[in-house]
Amino acid sequence: MTYTKKDLISTKDLSKDDIYSFLNLAKEYKKLNLEPVKKDPILKGVTVVNAFFENSTRTRTSFEIAGKRLGADTINFSSSTSSTNKGETLIDTINNIEAMKTDVFIVRHYSSGSAQFVAKNTPSCVINAGDGCNEHPTQALLDLLTIFESKGSFENLTVTIIGDIFHSRVARSNIYAMQTLGIKVRLFGPPMFMQNAEIFGCEICRDMDEAVRGSDAIIMLRIQLERSDGEVAFPSVREYSKYFGLTKRRLEVAKDNVIILHPGPINRGVELNSDVADDPRISSILDQVENGVAIRMAVLKTVYQNKFKA
Amino acid sequence: MTTLIKNATIINATQTLKANILIENEIIKSISSDEPKADKIIDASGKLVFPGLIDMHVHFRDPGLEYKDDIITGSMSAVAGGVTTCCPMANTNPVNDNAVITRDMIAKAKKRGLIDLLPIGAITKGMGGKGITEMGDMSEAGCVAFSDDGLPVSSSDVMRSALEYSAFHKSFIINHSQDCSLCRGGHMNEGKMSMLLGIKGMPREQEEIMISRDMLLAKLTGGHIHVAHVSSAYSLKLIEQAKKDGINITCEVCPHHFTFDESELISYDTNFKMSPPLRTKSDVEAMRNGLKNGSIDVICTDHAPHHTDEKFLEFDKAPFGILGLQTLVPLTLNLVRQGVISYNDMARLTSKNPAKILNLPNKGEIKEGFLADIAIIDPDFEYVYDESLNKSKSKNSPLLGKKLKGASLITIKSGRVVFDFPNVVA
Ligand SMILES: [Zn+2]
Repeated sequence: MTYTKKDLISTKDLSKDDIYSFLNLAKEYKKLNLEPVKKDPILKGVTVVNAFFENSTRTRTSFEIAGKRLGADTINFSSSTSSTNKGETLIDTINNIEAMKTDVFIVRHYSSGSAQFVAKNTPSCVINAGDGCNEHPTQALLDLLTIFESKGSFENLTVTIIGDIFHSRVARSNIYAMQTLGIKVRLFGPPMFMQNAEIFGCEICRDMDEAVRGSDAIIMLRIQLERSDGEVAFPSVREYSKYFGLTKRRLEVAKDNVIILHPGPINRGVELNSDVADDPRISSILDQVENGVAIRMAVLKTVYQNKFKA
Repeated sequence: MTTLIKNATIINATQTLKANILIENEIIKSISSDEPKADKIIDASGKLVFPGLIDMHVHFRDPGLEYKDDIITGSMSAVAGGVTTCCPMANTNPVNDNAVITRDMIAKAKKRGLIDLLPIGAITKGMGGKGITEMGDMSEAGCVAFSDDGLPVSSSDVMRSALEYSAFHKSFIINHSQDCSLCRGGHMNEGKMSMLLGIKGMPREQEEIMISRDMLLAKLTGGHIHVAHVSSAYSLKLIEQAKKDGINITCEVCPHHFTFDESELISYDTNFKMSPPLRTKSDVEAMRNGLKNGSIDVICTDHAPHHTDEKFLEFDKAPFGILGLQTLVPLTLNLVRQGVISYNDMARLTSKNPAKILNLPNKGEIKEGFLADIAIIDPDFEYVYDESLNKSKSKNSPLLGKKLKGASLITIKSGRVVFDFPNVVA
């Protein structure tokens, strides 16, 4: 493993070699996860805290399973039961948990930059499990593993990310990692979510047909229907699905072996139609979920061991 | 009591002059080559003698939020920065929206005697944006202008009345130019950087829209609108055009807006979070041009102390604003060093023009008969702006702990030495 940091905050910090090492280690763990006894007790005695200041059942569960398979004691801490609701600051909350001699924080928080903020102010390992609109590095790694397994390599690939680019931490982490790997990344979404997207240095598509055509993999982003009010969004779910949703019919112009990824949970019939989501020949969504556990095991093991190397 | 400043290189807005300055009590008695006897002699060889700086946009958080700063620590920060006159904004708690509070604030500053404190009163009662304040009464009590800074007046009708009524009382309106209906909970400049960081942005157009409205209302009423802390290049274009058209408009810029751009936010450092936000390199360039070509009238700090606990948070939770008083001189001197403005321009932007706009007839210049408000500045003096030098109760400056060049070594207020680097003395 070439990665040497005690934290994983951003895919910007990952070299090509780092990414391949994470994927290779995850492949090992994927095999382990098919065994009847799914244990590599390398983190036995280590306390891993899922510090979730924003709800996410599936990411939390995935991290929890990953930690347990490595023998760690995983503790769930979520903001609905936390003291941040009583006015305690984020760092106070972290310091208080750490005082109980914990080792790793998996941080999910609604503020961009918060995972880095925590990592800078704690000696514990920190894994970014999604910070605001900023990044979600383990999601990018599991997407990459899924694409790699389907395509056999990252050579000459075109990946298109479609949806609410501005609010998407999945998009950012994927863009950075894919650019490091030399994958061609293209973006498409409603104009209010695409302002200044050229900063990422990706090709910007003008319509759904263009976005679909020529892609080896398409990452459909989740539309945050529950997003805070006061924000001007698209006019209706109906119109969103018409111009930005993916259906079987839309896929007629796609490459034969295109695969579809989605970070979940899907809004069926909005960004993704069931005829695509449920077709195992094109939808890789369940592979992503499976790969998520393996990737998180690889990341957990790596950052924890790095803490003692430096 | 007499003081002689010997071997002074006097920097006024319109001229540089080598002379000796005799101060008698609080007045500049004479400027000449003579060396009259005096009770106290200050040798200013190798230094620059500026008129005391006038900062027409500060927040002293007093009354009500004295844990951030108060009128005393605000005054101390001011004189440590060469500033002898400050205009604190009205967004205190309670709001400075009546003559009683105005008088209290002035009295508190007078008692300590470090600076002249000239309050900016609120435009609307409680800064609620609706009914305008008793501007006549408040002007009599000592308010020099009116502003709901921080809570821009969104109603055009209220702003129209405020411009008309303040003009009747020979005063004027300062507006924080921001169309809040376009804010969408933004925390930084909207643009490539906000897209990169995943932080909601405030488009520059919210500033430009408000400036456009205010200049049109100034046209309608003949009132004087002063645009607070300009930050966008196009804002300046609008102001330049309005000036050409004879509209009664002036504007100010803060050192952070001609020094830093939004790329500083890459580390999510909340000490770079301010409103208006840091914008792009080309906006910074435009601010420098505006200072050079005279379309910007005033440099002010928007000194905005916030407690460490409040800034030590996630970026989107932290409040807007940074300290400014003690970094005004070094940051403005950077412009001189970089050839953007001259020392004389610096005196014009930090003293002469604010005195003119605020209608202070005996300030803004080193001139016989004027108030002896003086900053003796060493432009080459290098030091670390650390916590021992910082006079504010707050520490929210991205420059804290950094090496700075140039400072007021001696600050004189009404003839008395009130600051002698590094200590407030009076
Ligand atoms: Zn303001």
